[in-house]
Amino acid sequence: MLHIKCPHCGMRSQNEFSYGGDASVKRPELNKEISDQDWDNFVYNRKSLRGKHWELWQHLSGCRQWIKVERDTATHEIFDTLKANEEIS
Amino acid sequence: MTQSFRLENVGLINRDKKLSFKFNGKTYYGYEGDTLASALIANGIHLIGRSFKYHRPRGFFGAGVDEPYAIVQLFRNGETEPNIKATEQELFDGLEATSVNCWPSVNFDIGAINNFLKIFLPAGFYYKTFMWPKSFWYKVYEPFIRKAAGLGVASTKHDKEKYEHKYEYCDLLIAGSGPSGLASAYAAAKNGARVILAEDKSRFGGTLLTSEVNIGNKSGKEWAEGIIAELREMPNVTVKNRSQVFGYYDHNMLVMSERISDHLPKTKKFHPKQKLWYIRAKEVLISSGSIERPIVFGNNDTPGVMLSSAAKEYLKVYGVLVGRNPLVFTNNDSGYETAIEFKKNGIDPIILDTRKNPQSEIVDEAKNLGINIKFSHVVVAAQGYKKVKSADIAMISDDKEQIGAVESIKCDCICVSGFWTPTIHLASQSGNKTKFNEDIDAFVPGVSKQNETTLGAANGSYNLDETLKSSFETGYELSKKITKKDNKISFPNIVEKKSTKHDKFWCVPLPKGKNYKRFLDFQNDVAVSDIEIALKEGYRSIEHVKRYTTLGMATDQGKTSNLNGLQLVSNIENKVVPAIGHTTFRPPYSPVSIGAIVGREVGKNSKPTRRSPMHSWHEKNNAVFVDAGVWLRPRYYKQGDENLFEGSKREAKNVRTNVGVCDVTTLGKIDIKGPDAAELLNRVYTNAWLKLPVGKARYGVMLREDGIVMDDGTTTRISENHYHMTTTTAQAANVLSHLEYYLQLVWPELNVNVVSTTEQWAGAAIAGPKSRDLLQKLFPNSDVSNVGLPFMGYMEADLFGIKARIFRISFSGELAYEVNVESDNGNFMWEKIIEVGQEFKIQPYGTEALSTLRIEMGHVAGSELDGRTIPYDNSLEGLVSKKKDFIGKRSLTRDAFTAEDRHKVVGVVPLDKKTSIPEGSHLVKDSNAPLPNPKLGYISASCWSVEYDNPFSLAILKDGKNMIGEKLFVMSPLKNKVIPVEIVSSHYVDPKGERVRS
Repeated sequence: MLHIKCPHCGMRSQNEFSYGGDASVKRPELNKEISDQDWDNFVYNRKSLRGKHWELWQHLSGCRQWIKVERDTATHEIFDTLKANEEIS
Repeated sequence: MTQSFRLENVGLINRDKKLSFKFNGKTYYGYEGDTLASALIANGIHLIGRSFKYHRPRGFFGAGVDEPYAIVQLFRNGETEPNIKATEQELFDGLEATSVNCWPSVNFDIGAINNFLKIFLPAGFYYKTFMWPKSFWYKVYEPFIRKAAGLGVASTKHDKEKYEHKYEYCDLLIAGSGPSGLASAYAAAKNGARVILAEDKSRFGGTLLTSEVNIGNKSGKEWAEGIIAELREMPNVTVKNRSQVFGYYDHNMLVMSERISDHLPKTKKFHPKQKLWYIRAKEVLISSGSIERPIVFGNNDTPGVMLSSAAKEYLKVYGVLVGRNPLVFTNNDSGYETAIEFKKNGIDPIILDTRKNPQSEIVDEAKNLGINIKFSHVVVAAQGYKKVKSADIAMISDDKEQIGAVESIKCDCICVSGFWTPTIHLASQSGNKTKFNEDIDAFVPGVSKQNETTLGAANGSYNLDETLKSSFETGYELSKKITKKDNKISFPNIVEKKSTKHDKFWCVPLPKGKNYKRFLDFQNDVAVSDIEIALKEGYRSIEHVKRYTTLGMATDQGKTSNLNGLQLVSNIENKVVPAIGHTTFRPPYSPVSIGAIVGREVGKNSKPTRRSPMHSWHEKNNAVFVDAGVWLRPRYYKQGDENLFEGSKREAKNVRTNVGVCDVTTLGKIDIKGPDAAELLNRVYTNAWLKLPVGKARYGVMLREDGIVMDDGTTTRISENHYHMTTTTAQAANVLSHLEYYLQLVWPELNVNVVSTTEQWAGAAIAGPKSRDLLQKLFPNSDVSNVGLPFMGYMEADLFGIKARIFRISFSGELAYEVNVESDNGNFMWEKIIEVGQEFKIQPYGTEALSTLRIEMGHVAGSELDGRTIPYDNSLEGLVSKKKDFIGKRSLTRDAFTAEDRHKVVGVVPLDKKTSIPEGSHLVKDSNAPLPNPKLGYISASCWSVEYDNPFSLAILKDGKNMIGEKLFVMSPLKNKVIPVEIVSSHYVDPKGERVRS
C-alpha cells in the first residue's frame, strides 16, 4: 500500500485515496472548435508511461481534495505532491 | 504410549504439564512447550504423510517454518484447518491431527503405486500425460488428480473464529529475534526509538536457544531472555512472539500475522484467533536468519533424513532424540555441533564429513569427545522405506567426481548439513537487488530500494561476534537518525567456538548401475532427473524450469530446495549460479490463513449497511428488504401470505388509484452554493440552467466526457445562489467526485462549493391521484394547489411544527411530491404521512412497485443508464442543448453516436399479453434463424403493468425509433424461452404526461 503525502493533510495510506489518471491532460476549453483527433486524444488516448510521471489522486476519505502526485509507475516511488491549483514545474 | 525418545532434564518444555493429543486416531502424550512434531518424534513417530506426486512416505525434515513434509489436517475446538505444519503447530491438550495426501491410510497408501510408475511421471508430467484424449480431462484425469493431490481439506463450514486487523506505525520494525534482531532492537530501543520486534516462533532468541555461546558471561539463551525481559518493560517497544512478518510491500509497509490463539485448545472469549498487523515502519531490520541447506543424495527423502540443525533443535529445545543411532552427514562445522549434542547426551553419532582435513575448534572438540568421524565420506543413499534403517556410504575423491566402494552402516536417522541459506525473502520482496556471495554459495541482499537493512545470518554472516557488533551498531545508527538521541550501550564480551570453511559440495554422484531418486524439492517430489529432463527439453529460464518441474513451488516455496536446484541448473548449463539468478520471492513468506487476510470484513461486515431514518418503521410493518448499493431498502411491505409479485402489484396499483408513499432517503443529495452555481450546472448538465427561477426544479442529465450518460436527477433552485441536486442512489458518490474534479482542477475560477447532504435529509415520495389532497391536510397553512405549487415547483412548508421542503417532482408518472425533512425528523414525517393518509387509503410502497411504476411510464433508470448509452438511446435527446457547451458534448458528434440506426429505448409487450419477459433477454427478428442469430437489442427492465394488467418491458433496440409496431421475438436461452412480442412506445402509460401536471 502506497504512502501518499496529501498536501493538505500529510502522509496518508493509499486506501484513503482514489486514482484519477494522468495529471498532464488538459481539458479543452468550452465553446471552442476542436478536431476529432484532438478530442479523441483528450478523451481516450493516454501514454501509459513506464517511469516517472504526474498523476491525479483524490483524497476521497480525507479532505476530498484532488491532488497531483509525481510517481514512478514502475517502482511506485513518489517524488512530490502538489495541490490542485499548483502548477507542475 | 510412552515418550521413549524423550530425554530427561533436557529442553525448554514444561514437564509439569502433560498434554494428550491424537494423531491419525491414536492417543499420545507430550508436554507444554512441544510442537506437534516434537511430541510425535518423542513418541517415535516419523511417518507423517505421503509425498505429493509419488506418495512416498514422509517424515520430518525441519523443525520450523522450513518444513516441506510434515503438513497435517488440524482439528481444534470443532473446526478443521488444512495445511498446518506439524513443526510450527504448538501442542495443546486435546489436539487432533491427521495425515494428508494419503488414502486409505498413511501406512498403506494406494497412491504409492505412483512410486513404481515414476518412469511415467517425469518433469512436466501434468502437461504431457493428461493432454490426450482431450475428452478425458474432465471425466478421468481431473477427478483423479484432485483425489490424489492436495495438502488437506478446507472446511466448508462458517468459521466461527474472529480475526482482526491492526494498523501500526513505528520507527524500526525488526523481523526475527535471533542475535541480530535482539541486539539491534535493544540498541535502538535504548536510544528512544519506537520499536516493534517480531518473532515467528513462540520462543525468542533464534539460534541462541541451541548454540553453545557465551555473551557477557551468560549463556546465549539467558542473554536473550534478559534482553527480552528488559524490552518488554520499555514503553517504546512492542515485543511480539508467534508473529511472522510475511510480506514487504511498497513504501515500507509490512504485514505481520500474529497467531494469538492457535496454540490454545480454544480461543478465549473476546479474543481473536489471529491478528494481521499492517505496519508502516521508518526503517526495517531484517534478522530472519538462515535455513540449513540439504545435501542431495539417493533416497534423501526417506523419513529419518533431516536437517542437522533440526535434530539439534529437537534435542536442545524439546529434549527429544530424532534417533538413537544417528549419522551426521555434513560439509561444514554445523553438523559437528549436532553430533556433539548427541554425544553429550549419551548417544554415539557417526560423522561423515565431505571435507578431507578440516581444522577448527569445533572439529577438535568432536575429536576429543571420541566421536567417530569419517573424513572425505559421503552418504550415497539412505536405505529403508518408512524409516531410515541404514545408509550406503562411500569415500569420495578430492575432486568430488568419483566415489569409492560402497559400504552399508546401520543408522536410524541421517542429519544433513550442506551449509546455510540466508532467508532473504523479505529483502527481495522489498525490491532489494540481491547478489551472490561466493563464500557461502548463496544469495544475500545487495542494493536496497526501500529503507531496509539485513543483519546477521540473513545477510550471510555466521560469526556471532561480528553479527552482534554490526547489529548493535545498526540499531544505534538508525535510531539516532530518527530520534536524534545519542544513548549508546556498551558491547558485551562474546565467547564462541571458531569454525572453519565449508565445502562447496552439494550433490552426491550416483554409483555405477544405481538409479536412486535424488530429491531437490521434497514437497513437490522434484528430483535431479526431473531438472535434467526439463533442461534437455529446452527449458532455460529458471522461472520456466520452476513452473515446468514445480521446483520451489507450493507452500514451502523452495525454502530448502531453491539453491540446490540452482546449483544443478548452473552445473548442467555450465554457468555460474548468479548468471542463472533466483526465482522471484513473493509474499507471503509462509502460508497465511484466509481468515486473517479477510479480518472482520465477513458477512454483513464486508460492507457498511446504511439504513434510512424510517428503517425501524419499515421493519415493524413487514418490509422485505433489498440491498440497494450499500443501502437497505424496503422491496415491498408484505401483507399476509402475498409474495413479491402480488405485494408489489398491490402497492403499485394503489399508487395509480389512490396514493402511496415511498422512502426515497437513499437518493444522493448534493448541496451547491455560490455565485457561479448556475454556471456549474449549465456545464455539467446537457440542458440549459442559467434561467431556472428560484423555487423551481428541473430534470437534468449529465454525461461523461465520452458522451455516455453518467447520471440523471432533479436540481432545485432553493435561493439565488443555492441549489439542491439529487442523484441516483448508486451514483451519489461518483457525481460528487465528478463535480469536485471540475471545480478543483478544470474550472477553479468558478466560485462554487459542493457538499454531500444525502444523510442530512430524509425523503418521502408521495405519489398518486390523491396525493394533493393528502398534502393539503399535511400542510394546511401552505398553498399546494396546482397554481400554488405547480409541476416542478418547490416550496418550504411547516409540517406540524417541523421545517419541510416540498418538491413537486414525479418518478412514478403520477401527480407526485417529494417531502424532505432533516433526518432526525424522518420518522416523525413518515408516521404523520401514514396517519393523515389513512383517509386516502395510503399504502407504503417499496422498490419493486417503484420500478413497475417507472417502467410502464418509460422513465429510464439504472438499467438503461448502464454506462453504455447516450442521451438519444434513452430518448433524452430533447434535453441536449444545441446552443451551449457542456461536459461530453463534443463526443456526441462522433459517427457512431449520430448513426441513423442507433439503439433506442422502446416498449415491449408479449403478443399473448401473459408471458413475462426475462430481463437480459435478446430481441431477434427470426427465432428460428441459424446461430449466431443476429441480435437487435436487449430487454433492460421488465414489470407487470398495473395499468393494463399485462407484462411490459423496456428494451434498448437497434433503430428503435423506426421499429414501433414491429413484431419480433424475445429469446432467453438461459431460461429457455422464446416469446413473440410487439414493439411499442416506451411511454406505455400516459404518454402525454398529463397526470404529473394535473
